[in-house]
Amino acid sequence: MTSFMQEIKQLWHYRRFIAGSVVREFRSRFKRSLLGALWLLLAPFAMILIYTLIFSHVMQARVPGASQPYSYSIFICAGLLPWQWFSELVTRNTGLFLDNASLIKKNNFPRMVLPVINFLSSGVNFALSWGIFCGFLLLSGAWPGWIMLLILPLLALQAIFASALGFFLGVVNVFFRDVGNAVALVFQFWFWLTPIVYSFKSLPAWLSPYLQMNPMTPLITAYHAVIVDAAPPDWASLDVVALPALGLLALSTWVYRKASAQIMDEI
Amino acid sequence: MADLRITGLGKSFREYPRPSFRLLEWLGLGVWHTEKWILREVDFTIASGESVGIIGRNGAGKSTLLKIITGVMAPSCGSVHLGGRISALLELGMGFHPEFTGRQNVFMQAYLQGLSHAQVNDRIDEIAAFAELGDYFDKPARIYSSGMQVRLAFSVATAIRPDILIVDEALAVGDAYFQYKCYDRIRQYRQAGTTLLFVSHDPGAVKSLCDRAILIEKGGVLKDGSPADVLDFYNALIVPEAAQAAHDELRVDAGQGVRSGTGRMRVRQVCWRVHDEITTVLSAGAPAALDVLIEAAIPMQDYTVGILIKDRLGNDVFGTNTHHLASAVTPLEAGKTYLARFSFPVLNLGPSYYSLTVALHASSNHLAGNYDWWERAVTFQVVPAAGCHTIGVCHMPVDFELEAAPQ
Repeated sequence: MTSFMQEIKQLWHYRRFIAGSVVREFRSRFKRSLLGALWLLLAPFAMILIYTLIFSHVMQARVPGASQPYSYSIFICAGLLPWQWFSELVTRNTGLFLDNASLIKKNNFPRMVLPVINFLSSGVNFALSWGIFCGFLLLSGAWPGWIMLLILPLLALQAIFASALGFFLGVVNVFFRDVGNAVALVFQFWFWLTPIVYSFKSLPAWLSPYLQMNPMTPLITAYHAVIVDAAPPDWASLDVVALPALGLLALSTWVYRKASAQIMDEI
Repeated sequence: MADLRITGLGKSFREYPRPSFRLLEWLGLGVWHTEKWILREVDFTIASGESVGIIGRNGAGKSTLLKIITGVMAPSCGSVHLGGRISALLELGMGFHPEFTGRQNVFMQAYLQGLSHAQVNDRIDEIAAFAELGDYFDKPARIYSSGMQVRLAFSVATAIRPDILIVDEALAVGDAYFQYKCYDRIRQYRQAGTTLLFVSHDPGAVKSLCDRAILIEKGGVLKDGSPADVLDFYNALIVPEAAQAAHDELRVDAGQGVRSGTGRMRVRQVCWRVHDEITTVLSAGAPAALDVLIEAAIPMQDYTVGILIKDRLGNDVFGTNTHHLASAVTPLEAGKTYLARFSFPVLNLGPSYYSLTVALHASSNHLAGNYDWWERAVTFQVVPAAGCHTIGVCHMPVDFELEAAPQ
């Protein structure tokens, strides 16, 4: 426990560096551009627009049991935006040591700083698109109310799962570069094996038990419940995420302790 | 009080024949790696305030040692005990972000070194002033020259006096003026009690900055003592290598025609000798002798042996020949080797690198008959005399006195 407190203390000591790195990343993205920070908002805005136009108006797609014209685009965004954060965080952590090799090789600083930076940077990306989505919900009259706050514990659980999984993959990636390539591939399948663009309810009965083993299924379903149905999620179903998240957290800590010396030799 | 104590330190890297063998080993299916030892059994203690030069050939393990001391790399065995805050200037390019200004980079670099915002903020003007970047300080780092980057990096690394300062060859990039400025700051910190670990290929800098030197060879401490002793030992160590390099260069030169002449006479070998030892490092203001081994293809009566010392840029610094010295030369028999020696009672060259050109030609000048003209037959370094730091290519004994002027 004391070592955990020390980690937190060290992170606090390096808070300026963490904040600086996050700010630097965003600023470097729109340095020497005319529209600047506007680009950060344009991308999620465009995405929401596309799903609304294509699915709601052109293809007339409807969620079963919902009649609103925008319900399908709300359904998609409610799952897609958190999924994008999940995928960005895992991918970034997979490259944690390799992408920061020059920093790690030249400076002695607490390495825990790096996953925190990844969490914050990707979190800001998510917050921006989520903010636009919330604006859309308010404008279209589909705002679910204060029950919306229930997504915070869901996001926290998802972030722990993504960080731990990504960190573990990041350690292995130092030794087997295949991992980085594999992650990109696996995520394509994972996306379609998760009820994001389709509803879990609309699946054939024989398929659903398999999909329920996917840790992201209960999470995405929970987002759908809160935002689309304004109902509390099925907390009990989240054990499929919570247990692997805790397991991966323990595993990645153990693997990192064992391999940290070799990581420095290999990068 | 010991500031830096290294006990039984060793570092090995694991090498696998193929990546898949690592996987087998991870799965517990046998041991497939071979250990490659970079450092073995390194032991030394550096007292607080001592300044130590680490010297050794490329690949001897110096950089690995420094990385372990700074904590960037973990040792395979043994331990490092640090008695205080450490600041290291490891390699060129401290990881400045090209799109951000020097000022922004300074803040980030300082945070990374564990300084607080207040500490950097208090010293930012001082850091800028020391680096002497002028307006460039608020311009993006991508337009900095490598010299400017090193200046800024050094300025940040030494903004707060560390208990232990590690400088790894990085300073070699800066110009002479800035190098002196850095050495000056290092000296000030030393006097204030900072322990210095200095890695350099420049014997001059080690001699003038350090009061102890450690020679690392093949991953271990080969010699530990006064800089003069250790550097002499080091020079002796690299002589066979230098001779081989000179030999290789000779072949290249022959191919490139930098060596020219009729071949009636030939220079066999050229070398500097100090106290009868062959060396390529000379001390300013100390005696030195230049030995030229010559041989003739046919009996020779009338010939001249000439030498010309050039600086790094190829400017003539000093040249003379036996004709101008009015030295009578003995007739040479064909096929025998003779030793021509130019003795300098005092070598009045300033600390720098030089090359030496040797020529054998007919009496007055080489246009009358060029027997053998050898450009850059030897390259050598002159290091400052003990306790005397000068700049420029000449070493002039000088006295200073100060008295009240008559009114």
